[in-house]
Amino acid sequence: MATSMVSQPEEITAGSYVGFDIHRPPSTLYRPVSLRSIATPLTSLIPSAITRQIEFKLVKRGFQFNVMVVGQTGLGKSTLINTLFASHLVESKGRTEPEVAPRATTEIHPQSHVIVENGVKLRLNIIDTPGYGDQINNDGCWDPIVKYIKDQHSAYLRKELTAMRDRFIPDTRIHCCLFFINPTGHTLKPIDIVVLKKLAEVVNVVPVIAKADSLTLEEREVFKQRVMSEMLHNQIRLYPFDSEDNDEEELQLNERIREMLPFAVVGSERTVVIDGKPVRGRKNRWGVINCEDERHCEFVYLRNFLTRTHLQDLIETTAQIHYETFRSKQLLALKESSAKAQQASQA
Amino acid sequence: MAEGHYDQSVSNGSIPHPRDHTPTARPHPTPIQSQSQSQAQAPVIRKKLASWVGFSNLPNQVHRRAMRRGFHFVTMVVGESGLGKSTLINTLFETKLYGPKSVPQPGQDRGKTVQIESTSAEIEENGVRLKLTVVDTPGFGDFVNNDESWKPIVDNIEARFDAYLEQENRVNRSKLVDNRVHACIYFIQPTGHALKPIDVEFMRRLHTKVNLIPVIAKSDTLTEEEVVLFKQRILADIAHHGIQIFQPPQYENEDEETIQENEEIISKVPFAVVGSDSLVNSQDGRQVRGRAYPWGTIEVDNEAHCDFVKLRQMLVRTHMEELREHTNEILYENYRTEKLRAMGVMQDETVFKETNPAVKQAEERAMHEAKLAKMEAEMKMVFQQKVQEKEQKLKQSEEELYSRHREMKEALEKQRLELEDKKRRIESGRPLTPEKGTKKRFGIGK
Repeated sequence: MATSMVSQPEEITAGSYVGFDIHRPPSTLYRPVSLRSIATPLTSLIPSAITRQIEFKLVKRGFQFNVMVVGQTGLGKSTLINTLFASHLVESKGRTEPEVAPRATTEIHPQSHVIVENGVKLRLNIIDTPGYGDQINNDGCWDPIVKYIKDQHSAYLRKELTAMRDRFIPDTRIHCCLFFINPTGHTLKPIDIVVLKKLAEVVNVVPVIAKADSLTLEEREVFKQRVMSEMLHNQIRLYPFDSEDNDEEELQLNERIREMLPFAVVGSERTVVIDGKPVRGRKNRWGVINCEDERHCEFVYLRNFLTRTHLQDLIETTAQIHYETFRSKQLLALKESSAKAQQASQA
Repeated sequence: MAEGHYDQSVSNGSIPHPRDHTPTARPHPTPIQSQSQSQAQAPVIRKKLASWVGFSNLPNQVHRRAMRRGFHFVTMVVGESGLGKSTLINTLFETKLYGPKSVPQPGQDRGKTVQIESTSAEIEENGVRLKLTVVDTPGFGDFVNNDESWKPIVDNIEARFDAYLEQENRVNRSKLVDNRVHACIYFIQPTGHALKPIDVEFMRRLHTKVNLIPVIAKSDTLTEEEVVLFKQRILADIAHHGIQIFQPPQYENEDEETIQENEEIISKVPFAVVGSDSLVNSQDGRQVRGRAYPWGTIEVDNEAHCDFVKLRQMLVRTHMEELREHTNEILYENYRTEKLRAMGVMQDETVFKETNPAVKQAEERAMHEAKLAKMEAEMKMVFQQKVQEKEQKLKQSEEELYSRHREMKEALEKQRLELEDKKRRIESGRPLTPEKGTKKRFGIGK
């Protein structure tokens, strides 16, 4: 379990515009804010000076976002992360030399980075899981992952419960888990179903169809339908969740996102020139794929979803739903065990 | 120095081959004494014909016979589900051998083991009939635990060998049906990194039993550079593990064109293929077999786009007969030898050698003595083993005795202490059982 992060990772600027600086406070006084933690319907009416102050504080502290990528080897996880944040953050962990033995278990590799955009600091923690699903017998390959997620909750809980706790507890809980699905075109594999069930109970899961350039548009539609019906049948709860305090607009947005799940993405760190403009894409003998073109793949939707619209919500849902569930379970268990010990000592 | 005898003189004007052993007075290099020479019946003399005889028509006779009989080709396709195996077979033979796949519904039981399904079709082209059998292996690599997923496949291949072996041993061998697997196309997932452990394990188990042809499935997700790198890594992995994939053999007396074709094919292994059994409109308006994406159309039959043409060439046009020959002569023979040897059938080498009685007697005596010596050594070993066992047993019982003695001593000691304790208590006037009050202290402090 590696909970230690690099204490002061150097700040990097993204290669191109990512967009999380949308969380910066507005310059005028009466613009409605995007922070939902204090967003009530009255916000657009009352002067947003109060909300601005709160926002300023939050922006000064910077945002902390922890994302985990889970998927078989060779699905383009590292490339997608690098494409999402427009910088080379993660190295591909694939095996390229025949002498190197393949990994025997799922390993957890956390990495910390700080990206700055327009004065907004985003502290990013990326947890890679090489070795997942790579062995011949993949029984239990999800255990290290679930354990790591629970360990982060547990560490936070412990810090919370100490008598002299820090003013600001560093948040290492996983806010989002990107699950990469193999683009077979048929349906989910048995191992995917098992792991998705286990992960959806402890973390926000966002499924993604990797290497979507191997599916034509019709195949993509059919595949998505099958995947979602499979998830529905197995009662896998996917993010975004709807809650009572979401307003009409947010519910609609969530509905639109849900229709698009899972995102069919293509990642690329290399730039190609299309119509004279350099964009990130892949070039073949028969065509050029533009990652940022909505007609080609849904990368743009995924990026907006993760960094622009739902960043704060992901963090909150982790804190309010997953962490609270974990916390109540833990405290109940603690109370039970102490009651049992009392009983045993009295007997 | 058995030179053999010549039953044909060279006086009819033919020009002897320089390597002949002719009895003329012309000085010639001394013939090389080779083992085969002493065993062969007669050395080969190459002759030049004076006029046309007509046996150059033999290939046509073989051709006519083969056309009459028809051809039978069995290929196996192995790979995880969703890699395009059925589509590729349909594309290779331009016939919808496999209909659209029935995808399991959510909640439907997907089985626990690899299944073996065989589909046959008779196709005809220009009067040549081909009975094509494709053996599919659904379920391979699809479960959470894929241990031993190659076992049903290996068993199937060996069962086919066994069936052929049994047919060969029949009294009436006129109807020999060859159902052995001639080629196994293994589909590799286009990760871009290297082979996965299941790929390596499968290939290691099967490369001695079947002609392995690895292909990179759905290769339209890889760019050109990625394909080149991936192929290099795959070949490095294959070499590292000593896996023998099917190599088109090279013969010396082939023409330039064939040699070059062969080289091109070999250079593209493993083939990066794309399959499609539907027609789409290409960029310049033609109707081609391919896949239409928003960013372009990939044509299956275009050599610049993928290696499908090369795979088809190797599998169907040029090397189908090679594959069958290799299966029959090398893979099947090896299997047969191993199997018969395992059954205890010994090859009687004396059939080939000329017998020399004196030498044979000496040999027999030596063998006999060796056997005796071996028996003696064995008996000595058995004796030693027995002695060791007895020693062990004795040691064990000794230890047991010791431990029992120790236990009894301890029990005695304990009893003594207890009694002394009781004595002390009685003398100091305290009750024998502990009070209830001491317990409370534990509860508060917690």
